[in-house]
Amino acid sequence: MTRIFVDKKPYEINPKQNLLEACLGHGLDLPYFCWHPALGSVGACRQCAVKVYRDEKDARGRIMMACMTVPTPDMIVSIDDPEVRDFRAGVIEGLMMNHPHDCPVCDEGGQCHLQDMTVMSGHNYRHYEFEKRTFRNQYLGPLLNHEMNRCIQCYRCTRFYNEYAGGEDFGPLKLRNLVYFGRAEDGVLENEFSGNLDEVCPTGVFTDKTAKQHYTRKWDLTFAPSVCPHCALGCNISPAERYGTLRRVVNRYNSQINGYFLCDRGRFGYEHVNSQQRIRSARARQDAKFAEIPKADALDRFSSLAAAGKMIGIGSPRASLEANFALRSLVGAENFYAGVSDGEYGLLGEMLGILRQGPAPATLRQLEHADAAFVLGEDVTSVAPRMALTLRQTVRQVFLEKAEKMGVPRWQDHAVRELAQKDHGPLFIASPYATRLDDVASATYRAAPDDIARLGFAVAHILDASSPDVPSLPADVRAQAESIAAKLQAAARPAVVSGVSTGNAAVIRAAADVARALAKAGKPVAFLLTMEEANSLGLAMLGPKPLGQALEAAKGGQIQTTVILENDLYRRAPAAAIDAFLGAAGHVVVLDSLETRTTEKAELVLPATPFAEADGTLVSSEGRAQRFFRVYPPAGDIQDSWRWLRDILGLLTRPEGLSWQNLDNVVEAVARAFPALERIRDAAPGSGFRIAGAKIPRAPHRFSGRTSMLANIQVSEPKPPEDPDSPLSFTMEGAPVEPPAALQPFFWTGGWNSIQSLNKFQEEIAGPLRGGDPGVRLFETAAGSAAGYLNTVPAAFAPRQGEWLVVPRHHIFGSEELSARAPAIAELSPKPYVALGAEDAAALGAAEGSPVEVKLDGAAARLPLRIEPGLPRGVAALPAGLGPLDGFTLPIWGRIEVTR
Amino acid sequence: METPLTAKIRPDGEVIDLAAYERAGGYQAARKAMQMAPAEIVDQVKKSGLRGRGGAGFPTGQKWSFVPSGPDAPRPKYLVANGDEMEPGTFKDRVLLEGDPHELIEGMIIAARAIDAERGYVFLRGEYTDAGERIERALHEAASKGYLGKDIFGSGADFDLRLHMSGGRYMCGEETGLLNALEGKRANPRAKPPFPQVSGLFGKPTIVQNIETLCNIPHIVEKGPEWFQKLSLTGDAGTKLYGASGKVKKPGCWELPMGTTMRELLEKHAGGMQDGLKFRGALPGGASTDFLTADHLDVPMDFTEVAKVGSRLGTGTMIVLDDKTCPVGMVYNLEHFFAQESCGWCTPCWSGLHWAEEILASIEAGRGSMEDLAKLEHICKMVGPGNTFCALAPGAAEPLQSGLKYFREDFERHIREKRCPWRDGR
Repeated sequence: MTRIFVDKKPYEINPKQNLLEACLGHGLDLPYFCWHPALGSVGACRQCAVKVYRDEKDARGRIMMACMTVPTPDMIVSIDDPEVRDFRAGVIEGLMMNHPHDCPVCDEGGQCHLQDMTVMSGHNYRHYEFEKRTFRNQYLGPLLNHEMNRCIQCYRCTRFYNEYAGGEDFGPLKLRNLVYFGRAEDGVLENEFSGNLDEVCPTGVFTDKTAKQHYTRKWDLTFAPSVCPHCALGCNISPAERYGTLRRVVNRYNSQINGYFLCDRGRFGYEHVNSQQRIRSARARQDAKFAEIPKADALDRFSSLAAAGKMIGIGSPRASLEANFALRSLVGAENFYAGVSDGEYGLLGEMLGILRQGPAPATLRQLEHADAAFVLGEDVTSVAPRMALTLRQTVRQVFLEKAEKMGVPRWQDHAVRELAQKDHGPLFIASPYATRLDDVASATYRAAPDDIARLGFAVAHILDASSPDVPSLPADVRAQAESIAAKLQAAARPAVVSGVSTGNAAVIRAAADVARALAKAGKPVAFLLTMEEANSLGLAMLGPKPLGQALEAAKGGQIQTTVILENDLYRRAPAAAIDAFLGAAGHVVVLDSLETRTTEKAELVLPATPFAEADGTLVSSEGRAQRFFRVYPPAGDIQDSWRWLRDILGLLTRPEGLSWQNLDNVVEAVARAFPALERIRDAAPGSGFRIAGAKIPRAPHRFSGRTSMLANIQVSEPKPPEDPDSPLSFTMEGAPVEPPAALQPFFWTGGWNSIQSLNKFQEEIAGPLRGGDPGVRLFETAAGSAAGYLNTVPAAFAPRQGEWLVVPRHHIFGSEELSARAPAIAELSPKPYVALGAEDAAALGAAEGSPVEVKLDGAAARLPLRIEPGLPRGVAALPAGLGPLDGFTLPIWGRIEVTR
Repeated sequence: METPLTAKIRPDGEVIDLAAYERAGGYQAARKAMQMAPAEIVDQVKKSGLRGRGGAGFPTGQKWSFVPSGPDAPRPKYLVANGDEMEPGTFKDRVLLEGDPHELIEGMIIAARAIDAERGYVFLRGEYTDAGERIERALHEAASKGYLGKDIFGSGADFDLRLHMSGGRYMCGEETGLLNALEGKRANPRAKPPFPQVSGLFGKPTIVQNIETLCNIPHIVEKGPEWFQKLSLTGDAGTKLYGASGKVKKPGCWELPMGTTMRELLEKHAGGMQDGLKFRGALPGGASTDFLTADHLDVPMDFTEVAKVGSRLGTGTMIVLDDKTCPVGMVYNLEHFFAQESCGWCTPCWSGLHWAEEILASIEAGRGSMEDLAKLEHICKMVGPGNTFCALAPGAAEPLQSGLKYFREDFERHIREKRCPWRDGR
């Protein structure tokens, strides 16, 4: 720590931070635009000017940009000096010269950094009397709105989009006061993280286009601390509601996971909650049709079914631990089946076993700080998108360190990038098809899943000869393995990433062996495994039986009732198998929030809460248990799945029916039943938590219309809804102080209305939230080296005559079930296709787009052919989770024929 | 009077070829330098007192000494000749580039030796097409004789030198903007530190040096630092290419001893003002220097002396203002140029210069007010040194702030009379 003086007061600061960060970290208000805590400093906007004095005798001082200044011991700084205040007011006047002052019609109004900084800088009267420059706006796709007239030329957008996120279809055009930030022509922004421009832009140039369709000012929104339901990484989000509809999702900082950024699937997938296909009341099948029935009737019917005989339950990787546990309690552990494909079940079991023995899963922050990374079999951008953005920073680490050694601070962004140029640190990607991260890879390896596993095992063997050797490995692959091993060995903090992308367990084992070999060598290895859904790991930890066994069991005709929890089984097994199962599964009860192919087949459908209306605990792929809270109370008969199941348990006079009064009770039951899940109690404070006797408000204190919102129905103010499950209130009433991070619904402080107010909630800039980031880790590394090698090297991939190994090809937009139900995401999803490598396509005599017949184990579909140049011979790909064959567990051998 | 820089230039305007250049003693200095240790060359240049001729006047030898040397130094190292001569009123490098390209090449060979650079670029203003052709030819001539390329002069050292024609922005003449442009990026300036000597072109150690500066190098190596210092009339060493433009009788460019007075330039070399015109002032070193007036005619034109009277030597090529030319119009013209050439990176520059241009246009058109003068002064303050990212805007403020100081009455007359008194006749 170093001491500096700001306006004569001493402050202890971290000398590795720049002067702006040091000031903001102490809560001092110093306005800025171009600096961003994750993007660093470039000194463009000149807004954070301060006076720096040579010594006590220096009365004049020098104006310096705080963001570009290294604080030195006993540095004398002034923010308040009149000359520098005038300068800052002059800068903002310059920035505002062309700004249209259209705050009343601008979506950014009320959460606008430019508004905040303008007020803070004291500029209010415009002296500029000439014409403002105006621009034509562009169509940028369904996610973002473009309004370039508001631009203040701070360059943050291009620094995020091009430099941080690796986008290439956007950038600054033109010069002087006419710089235009856009694309060469109208079109959908290609980068998967484009939505962050909404938060990165300090004003309203880029705004959330989905929110625009049901726009509400920040102060009129109700927020909750939540967790993204669209992949397994567990990014923290703040969804926002008004009048019972979800309006938008904004990032909720967690220094260990998402930091400042979300992926576009996570930000824009929320609209499934507002879908027309929502199930809003209980439905019972009467003949061929459904009839809506009252809650009490639904419970009666359900309880009579439950009492009737053998009942099984099928859990869900997208439902909370509590919901799954409630189902397991209802049907019994022996009748509780995983709602995932058997292939995925095997992978999850494999991964759970590996993580338990170690190395424990790393956080994304640890991955970011790795100095070499090996991605084995993963299409990270499509399966765990936010991790791809992290890996783009991982490859910069060596240059950040190099810069530091040369005396260039890490935060001096462009100087570090100049040193690095287009070079990047070691990142090796082995995958069956080209991935979006390949542009920053040092080398890629295109192969079938088994061959990818063999590369991994070979790397492990080179790192530690006591791990199994790979027989008959081609010389070029061995050479590549050697180069990968050498880089991992040379790294101080190597990273290994693998997971579910290829659907191949050997790939995961190989990755584990590489990680274990590195751990054995004493390296602090960052090991990460991707999973498909928000609670995949949590479900696996509850020890369900595989779905296939349920399908088998049904064949015996013994099952009276099947309860399906928040799951579309048609995504889990081929349609024919599920049809047969549902036909033989007795009375089928489905709890879900959206209509699916499965709810259509049910006898009884119970309306469950989607994530924004639910509370619960999820276990991310990092093994982090995190609590998510409902944003608003569900309407009508909709309730959390665990409450439906609790009600049934009650009707069956089981003790849980009485003892599970609120979420805390279920959490406690889970923690007692599963020692590995004991710590979920600490994921967030329980419902009894209070600050000075008060709950924590979900709505900002400036929330308007409270007393008039329902005036057309009732003039007296209704009692605010109560929340028995959390210490959060649904209104603006409550403790006006900072809650623990896990309960923080939104970021906002006096004078800082935008998301940039986050600076005020961190221990230091870009550091953890005060009191620690949300969530508890369930796996911590014991001695990783103690774990043995998995020792299961597969045989080399052998292409077959007339058949292809069909591997899954994941898509960030379309492969995940819930987000695909959001219109904006659906618009970006690909149409179903089958992909072949160029050589195989030529051999087959099929051209790009031409229809081919795909035959998988008794099912067939006609699909257009897509040529993926990198796909190895003998390997085909189908889009994961979409298209007519989406129930098949891939990889699987299939036939592809040209249709005549 | 010695004129080492221009001595070999042919009076007929044709370029001197390699054979003629060598006959006149060319490349002897390069041969000599190949026998010298790099540190010795740096030392000679330091001792000579040579200061950069691009306008800032930074001591050349000192700059070279910041380049990392030794076996651990990052590779490759680069030497870049800044021939992006786009400063309005400045045309001195052009004389050297078109007349004696081998002098530049020889200077670069020696400079590359001094900093142990293996790659070089001549970054040339896009409009200097004649110079471009001549340099290209000279590069081929030199390479064919083994003076460039691998193992130059049998020294074992390599020096690969190429020509790059600029896409054409004033910002490309700024040291770091030039480097970005050369890398194919927007010509935005870079923050210093790190200085280009440490992390420059493609992130490697780089020296960027003005053409005239480099052309001095062979002569310093050949004749020594003491000789070089004695060329000058004042404390700043060497000769200088001076120029004059505006309504003088004989506008031009001349190599004269450093420290020649503005009066001598104007009266002797430029032939005085055109008949019927009176001298009102001059920008002594190109468009981005402060006006000087008749009171300053006897100031010796060197870095030190011009600074003492509140302006800068700059490029040493003065733009003369006469009494029949509107000073407001002149300043407006200049600010139009600077506003147009702002790269758009830092706020005070892109907003301030545009604003200044608009105000000046309105004053010139007779729509100005007295408050506008305060606004212009405010803008000059906003874009002062240290407030902006690079030197473009502070340079742009120099003719404006000094114009407001020396020609305030002319500005006020425009406002009072609601017209330009020159344009509309008196």
